[in-house]
Amino acid sequence: MIAPRPTGGGPAGPRRTAAWAPSRLSPERAFRAICVLALVLPLALLVVLIGDAVVDGWPRLSWNFLTSYPSRHPEEAGILAALVGSACLMGLTAVIAIPLGIGAAVYLEEYGRPGRLTSLIEVNISNLAGVPSIIYGLLGLELFVRAMHLGRSLLAGSATLALLLLPMVIMASREALRTVPHGLREACYALGADRWQTIRRVVLPMSLPGMLTGIILSLARAIGETAPLITIGALTYVAFLPDSLRSPFTALPIQIFNWISRPQAAFHVNAAAGIVVLLALMLLLNGVAIWLRARLQRRVTW
Amino acid sequence: MATLIRSSANLDRPRPLSERLVAALLLGCGAVSILTTAGIILVLVAETAAFFREVSVLDFLGDTEWTPLFAEKHFGIWPLVAGTALTSFIAIATALPLGLLAAIYLSEFAAGRVRRVLKPLIEVLAGIPTVVYGYFALTFVTPLLQEVIPGLAGFNALGAGIVMGIMILPIIASLSEDALYAVPMSLREAAYALGGTRLATVFRVVLPTAVSGIGASVILGISRAVGETMIVAIAAGQQPRLTFDPRVPIETMTTYIVQVSLGDTPAGTLEYRTIFVVGMSLFLFTLLLNVASHYLRRRVQKGGTL
Repeated sequence: MIAPRPTGGGPAGPRRTAAWAPSRLSPERAFRAICVLALVLPLALLVVLIGDAVVDGWPRLSWNFLTSYPSRHPEEAGILAALVGSACLMGLTAVIAIPLGIGAAVYLEEYGRPGRLTSLIEVNISNLAGVPSIIYGLLGLELFVRAMHLGRSLLAGSATLALLLLPMVIMASREALRTVPHGLREACYALGADRWQTIRRVVLPMSLPGMLTGIILSLARAIGETAPLITIGALTYVAFLPDSLRSPFTALPIQIFNWISRPQAAFHVNAAAGIVVLLALMLLLNGVAIWLRARLQRRVTW
Repeated sequence: MATLIRSSANLDRPRPLSERLVAALLLGCGAVSILTTAGIILVLVAETAAFFREVSVLDFLGDTEWTPLFAEKHFGIWPLVAGTALTSFIAIATALPLGLLAAIYLSEFAAGRVRRVLKPLIEVLAGIPTVVYGYFALTFVTPLLQEVIPGLAGFNALGAGIVMGIMILPIIASLSEDALYAVPMSLREAAYALGGTRLATVFRVVLPTAVSGIGASVILGISRAVGETMIVAIAAGQQPRLTFDPRVPIETMTTYIVQVSLGDTPAGTLEYRTIFVVGMSLFLFTLLLNVASHYLRRRVQKGGTL
């Protein structure tokens, strides 16, 4: 949207601009410059933030760093357990959150008649999206770790993250479902398909690219979640790989947090290197989401 | 095939069992979200009730010290509330001017192409993991501030608050921009027709019209700041104290929960229950803010601005 530029100076022009001759120092230009500054400053900080982590962490980034267990000696410490823990955590979280999220979205978009129950679920989802993540940690601690006796395990952590992710997955999936034109559903019904057949054969395949993109983006966000995992009691020092769903675990952001909280500067270097790996992983996931959207969208045309 | 046609053509007839089963299953998925809310409330209320059987509400709201982990225990919530309020205030003081100016630029001055590139770029800031922001606050921003402000402690509310402001800036910029963008073009044109300059139009017409939406974005930003954990846990310190001095270490509600979770406090003890009491307070604060923000946004959607 480009607002029409008021014509200053001319006979029909506003009197107030006439007082300000259109010089280089007009208040509009000055204000505009301030606005641009407000936009550039945070972006510059973003560059500084990433640059700072890369510069700090560069000396420690090596194959050894990726394939070693944590250690008391910062130069020997690595992120193997954290990396594998994060990967398992994300996989398991996706397995729990995706079916639940898509199911809920399909119910709300395709089945739910406008009524009290549907609007209750809707209001509830938007409220859940605003609950601080650490509160989910408290829920996971009482529900999964204690009441369901899962312990401080990979499964408890994934279940907690899945609940945290669910509102985001539902919202992304609903948005994707809404992009499927209504005429296609009606054409399907006209061919004699029932509602579930229509959803399974037409609506879901067509909305899948959008759904996957949204879901991967929310997973990319979940990989950096730290607070709920600390609350349910993920370990900060793990020198083994998780071997079952009940196994204790650590995750990349927790390992980073652990290194940051140590007083020795050498561990801060490790933290910075961990941050570089974490950001690279997130960038990768975001790239996959964008690539998937571009690729799958080409196949679906109507 | 014949049955299919009948079942969909005759919508009055009872639907086949499989169809109803699918509907029930999908409803079950939707119900998980309601169960999550119920679970959160149940867990917080149960542990909070157990806490208040041992500690009186008067102590909780009347005492000015928070020392549940010390030998001499005090359970006054105010130091944690003050810490949270202080960091959130600094965050909003950082994010509001920057975010609003950025929103004005994107909505009122930038060409469509620039807007489409810059808006997602700003939103990248919201996707950075908070533990990364924490590292940035502790090892970059605080040392930088220490050069300017003598007497600034290594852990302080100022550095953490400013970095938190950068984190919530996209929320304010993005939602305010939506509100500004939604102001009808005809209002701007009317202002120009009356002889208003572009600046006068922005400040006298566009901003006042969008004020509800901007308010909603600010409240949502505050809510996010109040619930933010890792930045303050890393960079603001772990010393609950009733102060509004941004230079000294403080402790927020979220940091306290992290601090206790990192130790091994056995379940069922009073110390263990304190994290749920603090969680309950946090939950209520953010709920209140979210409802207020939601209400303001609803007003915008209904067109009831001003």
